[in-house]
This record gives sequence, C-alpha cells and structure tokens, in this order.
Amino acid sequence: MGGGAAAVSGRGPVDPRGGARVEVVGLDAGYGRRPVLSAVRLTVEPGGWLGVIGPNGSGKSTLLRSVLGLHPHAGQVRIDGLPLAGMPRRDRARLLAYAPQLPVLPDGVSTRDYVLLGRTPHRPLLAAPRRVDREVVADVMGRLELDGLADRAVVTLSGGEQQRAVLARALAQQPRVLLLDEPTAALDLGHAQQVLDLLDRLRRQDGLTVLSTLHDLTLAGQYADHLTLLAEGRVVAEGSPEQVLTAAVLAEHYGARARIVPGPHGPAVLPVRGA
Amino acid sequence: MRSRRSAFLAGTGTAVVLVAAVLAAVWVGAVPLPPGAVVATLLDRAVAPLGIDVPGALEGTRGAVLVELRLPRVVLAVLVGAGLAVSGAAYQGVFRNPLADPYLLGAAAGAGLGATLVIAYAPGQQIGPVGVVPLAAFVGALVGVGCALALGHAAGGSQSASLLLAGIAVAAFLAAAQTLVQQQNTDDLREIYGWLLGHLGGAQWSDVGLVLPYLGVAVGTLLLCARPLDVLAVGDDEARSLGVHPGRLRLLVVVAASLATASAVAVSGLIGFVGLVVPHIVRRLVGAANARVLPVSLLAGGAFLVLADLLARTVLSPAELPLGVVTAFVGAPFFAGLLWAGARRR
Repeated sequence: MGGGAAAVSGRGPVDPRGGARVEVVGLDAGYGRRPVLSAVRLTVEPGGWLGVIGPNGSGKSTLLRSVLGLHPHAGQVRIDGLPLAGMPRRDRARLLAYAPQLPVLPDGVSTRDYVLLGRTPHRPLLAAPRRVDREVVADVMGRLELDGLADRAVVTLSGGEQQRAVLARALAQQPRVLLLDEPTAALDLGHAQQVLDLLDRLRRQDGLTVLSTLHDLTLAGQYADHLTLLAEGRVVAEGSPEQVLTAAVLAEHYGARARIVPGPHGPAVLPVRGA
Repeated sequence: MRSRRSAFLAGTGTAVVLVAAVLAAVWVGAVPLPPGAVVATLLDRAVAPLGIDVPGALEGTRGAVLVELRLPRVVLAVLVGAGLAVSGAAYQGVFRNPLADPYLLGAAAGAGLGATLVIAYAPGQQIGPVGVVPLAAFVGALVGVGCALALGHAAGGSQSASLLLAGIAVAAFLAAAQTLVQQQNTDDLREIYGWLLGHLGGAQWSDVGLVLPYLGVAVGTLLLCARPLDVLAVGDDEARSLGVHPGRLRLLVVVAASLATASAVAVSGLIGFVGLVVPHIVRRLVGAANARVLPVSLLAGGAFLVLADLLARTVLSPAELPLGVVTAFVGAPFFAGLLWAGARRR
C-alpha cells in the first residue's frame, strides 16, 4: 500500500491532510412537527472512528444526514472548530464524504466513471475531468482492489463490490471525514468484515475521521473506538465499546437479552434466548 | 461499457449519417436535385457577390425549389429533431426516468391549446412575417411548463417526483381544455389535427429564423449542463454531498429543455417519439455519460427527423403524411427491435 500512501501525499493544495475533529452540539432535528433528534451532542477526535448505535427508529440516519447538512436541523456542527452552517456546498463536500445506506447506483455507468463522480467538488463543474482527477481515481481504485472492475457497469457488481465502489467514490472526494450509514447492511458476515477491515486500514493510513452508524453491535464493538448509543433521539450512553455495550444497557434500550463476551479488539454481543 | 474510442466513432458515424440524410432529403422530391448540383448552387450563391459563376449551379425554378422550398424544410427538420432529442435526453437525465420525454411537463398540451385557440378563434392572423399559430404554440408550451414548475414547487420544493406529478396534472388540464375548444369548433378539426400531428410542409426561412435564437440558447445551456447532470444520477442526497445543488440544476435544465421544446413545437406541431427514443438509441451507442449522450442526440435527432420528413412527403406523394405519425410508425418498431436485440444479447 506504499504506492497508495505516496499518491495521497500528492493531494492538491486545497486539501488539508488527515482527519478533522467533528463536534456536534445541541442538535435538534425532526420530520415536520415530529422531533427525531433532541440535544444530540458528540465529538469525534481526528482519525477516530465513532460508531453510532441504537434501536430501529432512534434517529441514527437522521443524525448522519443532519451532520452532512442534508436534513434541516438546529444546533451546531463544527469541523475542526469551523461551523458547517453557511459554508458553501462545494467546500463542505471537500470536508465530508457520505456513503448512504442505500446508494443510488446509476444505470449504464462504468465503475470508473462512478468513482470519478467523487471528484465533483474538486474540479470545475462544467469541464472534463483533469489528469489529477483521473490519477486520484486510479489510486483509490487500486487501493480498494477495483482495477479489474473499472469498465464493468457499477449496477452489475456484487453487493460487496458495490459497497467498495461507493467507498471508492467517497475516498475520491479526498474528504477529511467519512460518514457512512450502515456500510455493511447489505453484506454477509465475511464481506462485512472485509469492508470494515478495509475502512480501518484506510483511516489508519490517511488519518481519516470516520463517523458511521452500525446496527450490528458486535461489529460496532470490534471496529469503532468510541460508541454513541441513541435511543428515541437522545444520546443515552457514550464511551468506549466496553463502557457502552453492557447487558444492562442493551436490556434497557433494546429490550434485548444478551451476554457480553470480552475480546482483544472489543466486546462481542451474544444474543441469548430467554427462559 | 463503451470506450472513449468507440463513443467517438459512434459520434462521427452519427454526424456522417446526418450529412447523408440532409443531402438525400434535398435530392429527393417532385423535382430531383442531385447533390452535385446542390453543392454547386450553394457555392454559386455564396460567391455571387464576388461576381464569380460556379458551373453546374441550378437556375430558375429548380434553383428556387432548392433555396425557397427544400432547404428551409430540411434545415428546420434538423433543428426541430435536434432540439427535441436533446431536450428528451436532458429530461430523462434530470428525472432519472427513461420514460421522460420533452412533452412530459405540459409543453405539448400547452402548445396544443395555444394553437387550437388561435386556429379556432383567430385564424390566418399574422404578426409581421410570423403566423400567430406558432407564437401561440410557443407561449402555450412555456405557460404549461411554467404552471407545472409553480405547482411542483408549491407541492414539494425541488423534488423530481412532485414536479412530475404537477406536470401530469397540468398536462391533463390543458389537454382537456384543448379538447373542449376543439369540440366546440368542429369546422376547424382538419386544420387543428393537421397542426397537432406535426408537419414541416410550407417551412420557410422565417421559421428557421424564429426558432434558431431560442433553440441555440437552450441547446447551448443543456450541453453545458451535461456533466453536472451525471452527478444528479446518484440521487439528490448524494449529489448534494458532492457539492451540487440538485434543485437549481434541475430547474435550469427543465427551463432550457422546455424552451428548446417550445421553439421546436411552435414551428412543427407535436412530433412525438423523437425525444423519447433517440436518446435511448444514442445511449446504446455511446454509454450513459451525458457529455456524450447530449451532443450525439443532437446529431441523431436531426438525422432521424430529416429522414422521417423525407418519408412523410414521398410515400404518398404528392400527398403528405403527418410527420408525427411517421416518427411513431417508423420509430416504434425500430425501438422494439432494439429492445429485443438488447434482451437477446444479455
């Protein structure tokens, strides 16, 4: 992966290195009159990985979309101390990249052209892609082992390959923060682990900050270095995976019976059938 | 996926077909005008101010047939076909819907109502060299789309679904109004139908002059929007996360495409199928990237309509078939065959 790291150091002048600190303070959001998030507060250190967990409907996706400015909200979102509110959209897109839970994959578009869309905030909107754009795309696709799939239509890839293509598009954006909504939702266990291993490697190489929702608690406990548990739109627990993933917390907020199995990379959550 | 090379070849091939179609359409008719003589005549007219005579140039009636009848008609066919095809491609991109066509948001129904009103209540009027029917159709088309945009905006901001539904409502309303006027004026049915079904007969240079400025601005805008349109294909949320304003882009593209459509409809009536089918055929040739689809659709749309108009005026010569009937009659089986071939290849 040395070649990848070298290419990353060749980033354009507009692009600061590494991950940024993410701060969310007093974030309220809702749909119409129905409040979904209230007074959410969280911090992700540069290069950290914060996993947002919580039962269905607790507001995880809305939180991510609010941080991205895709959902109307009150409260502050700051990136390295800079408020996102009022920031031009293209500047924002150079800081934050987003991979939604159900990405829209355009019909008839090759994987390479799809990844190239990630260059949108960096290149003149009306002009053809520049050489630097093609170089960044080639580099990212190499790191995500997508070279062989570059000319295939992105809609014809397998689920795991598509997830890598979406990640590649997000990385081609050269962001400082990656926001991922359920990056493993469509994947089987093996592919889920591959994608999360890949993410972990990428964030360590580039020092990227990762903010992701994860509904699989064991995967969340193994990969994220901090967890925030949302329930009914509020932060009800936060801290290291060991602090958040306890039998008592899961019983209270998920209504779940589970045993916590400690491990070297974090706790695993084992569902247990009741009497 | 298409390589850049094969896309380039497809684009060049389409341009060649367009030139061939134009030459053929100028050639064939009650008075045949061979391409050699046509080129000589055009050269002759171009250098006439210098006092140079080009041998082989058409003189007298044949020269007049070329310059006053056949050329304006063929040029207008190119413009209308190109405008409709590019608008269709842009609509399909902006709504992420392969069934979108330039008439979707009420442009056709509005133009139909405008033209019908004038034919029924103010026939034969002129403003300068320009008939009132094209003006009414032009204004009607823009009013239709304007209503759809306003209603869609009130209903759901810049979302494409609410805009589509608004367009369907507006189109239904205007079509009903048009039918009502038409039924009240059955004496004019023949003329109204003649207009509705599309026509390029009697095309004059003044028609070309009427549409060219609007069409030029609109098509130029659409071609500039080709690359941003590709970003829209990943959905509004992701497009916004990539720094694009989907609502603004959609509005700009819809307005430009509607302007192109309105100008085309004003001089030709309602010619269906071009805007729907030509972009699909082009995508099969050059892939989905709008930076290729839009310009090649421009060429292919022009070629398609020139050939369709050639058929319309020769099949039952000296009578003419309605152009809209020909485009659908030829286009639909062609398209079906294409779908069939595509399904077998898979």
